[in-house]
Amino acid sequence: MFFRFLLRRIFYVIPMLLITTLIVFSLILLIPGDPALALLGDNATAEKLAALRAQLGLDQPIIMQYWHWLTNAIQGDLGRSLFTGEYVSDAVFTRLGVTFQVVAMAMIFSFAFGLLFAITSVIKPNSWMDYIARFFGVLGTAIPNFWLAMILVVLFSVHLGWLPATGFTSISDHPVDFMKSVLLPSFCLGSFGAAQITRQLRSSLIEVLESDYIRTAYSKGLLLWQVIWKHGLRNALLPVVTTAGLLFGNMLGATVVIESVFAIPGMGQLAVHSILQRDFPMLQGVVLIMVLMILIINFITDVIYGVLDPRIEFE
Amino acid sequence: MRFKVMMRRLYYERLAFLSLIYLLLLILLSIIAPFIVPFDPEAQDLNNIMAAPNSHHWFGTDELGRDIFTRILLGGQAAIQAGLIGIMIPLLVGVPLGVISGYMGGIVDDIFMRVVDAILSFPAILLALAITGALGVSLWNAMIAIGIIFTPQFARLARGQTLQVRREPYVEAAKISGSGPFWIMVRHIFPNIASPIIVQASFSFSLAILVEASLSFLGMGAQSPQISWGGMLHQAYSMIFVNPLMMLFPGIAILLSVLAGNFLGDGLRIAIDPRMKRT
Repeated sequence: MFFRFLLRRIFYVIPMLLITTLIVFSLILLIPGDPALALLGDNATAEKLAALRAQLGLDQPIIMQYWHWLTNAIQGDLGRSLFTGEYVSDAVFTRLGVTFQVVAMAMIFSFAFGLLFAITSVIKPNSWMDYIARFFGVLGTAIPNFWLAMILVVLFSVHLGWLPATGFTSISDHPVDFMKSVLLPSFCLGSFGAAQITRQLRSSLIEVLESDYIRTAYSKGLLLWQVIWKHGLRNALLPVVTTAGLLFGNMLGATVVIESVFAIPGMGQLAVHSILQRDFPMLQGVVLIMVLMILIINFITDVIYGVLDPRIEFE
Repeated sequence: MRFKVMMRRLYYERLAFLSLIYLLLLILLSIIAPFIVPFDPEAQDLNNIMAAPNSHHWFGTDELGRDIFTRILLGGQAAIQAGLIGIMIPLLVGVPLGVISGYMGGIVDDIFMRVVDAILSFPAILLALAITGALGVSLWNAMIAIGIIFTPQFARLARGQTLQVRREPYVEAAKISGSGPFWIMVRHIFPNIASPIIVQASFSFSLAILVEASLSFLGMGAQSPQISWGGMLHQAYSMIFVNPLMMLFPGIAILLSVLAGNFLGDGLRIAIDPRMKRT
């Protein structure tokens, strides 16, 4: 049963993979005029243009171009950077770890604050705790994350001098410096997620706490926190699993902005640099790897949801 | 739902109604801004560099001595344009595609929905960035990119709503009385799915403002001398150790506008379906 459920999810993912790769590839078709000329600039020599056209396969029909690009990509060859000449796959994978660490911390922040706010908010509806939680729920989804980042930098780096304004230390190099360097970026990255989780968990908790089995739990003589912990959260957290999957994609995208603000050498910064340098193979590589990661995470959350929720039948 | 009824209910959602007024004011201001701004946006008051807010320069001046209040007013134009283009492209392209796909059903619908799912699995801002990068970095291309990335969401929404109404008696009746599919979609389906799409448009409007600000902040949107709130924040970021005050007003402008769009969306949702109010 479970195996068939898994198989069906895999059959859903495969066409998605094909279409997303097609989209990433098609980005090059959006370049107005001659892509080779646009990428190399007006003062490029004829030999260089010809070489780039050959490298990108621009002299072939589009469908063949896609086929070559896809078969190379499957073998791990995403081409070479037009700017530095290094392999795109190498550049992307060295930066993948950095971004992953930042996003993982942001995810932890989102859940910690989201759970805290949502629970304090439903314990006493319409109390000041509830209002604070709702305030952050509203603010977190509207505040521009790079503006939040600037405010925090002014506060914690410029005035207090507690945390570095820019830079990144990997957790494997120096765990304490890692925490210092990652605290502000992942907080800014996670603020949107925290707000989303607060809003969603709050409304689903309120709904769950009104149901019959919660009244039964109270009448058994359980305390408020026991009810919330044992019966409320377990049922209310379920939809949050799906949200977590969506948030992951959202955060991965937001690294583009946050990594630029904090000068973190991750995938987001690489994406911005490759556009500014008109390094198209690199841009395609970054976008492709990011979307692959998202598809994998979505697949995993789908399966987890299926396992956790007994109401979903594996048929 | 009738437009009048919706507006009357919206009137009772105080926050949402205030947001609507704020947004309308913002649109009006951005239209008349060039005629009412107190200073030339590029005029450099070199005796008053990085001035704090005062009676002369209400919001202070930047590192070149340019009046920030003036630049905020003019920067509203980029935000409003991004918001409007960000919802016009999805409304004109995404909604019709979604309605057609939902109404036709079958294999076309299956393929169409797969493509929509695939586009939606890209992080919005990354895709906007990549499209802008391909089209060429400019404010106009950034706005088009924003419109493109919002299109699949509208298509999915319109399709889902179409599926709900296409078996309704009035659609069947129109079919029996000989109306063609095009007429049915325009006359019977579209008016009945408009409400949730208006709600979505409100949220997308504010998200478009946020994405435009982000792209301009990264240098992928407005290019000097074009003025954008995001671009102003980029400039303020380079001065963060010298004059942190510079980032205050552009940030507030973005925050308020995004909040307004979100509140309006929430209010509209309640106005359409009062049962939503509970959550």
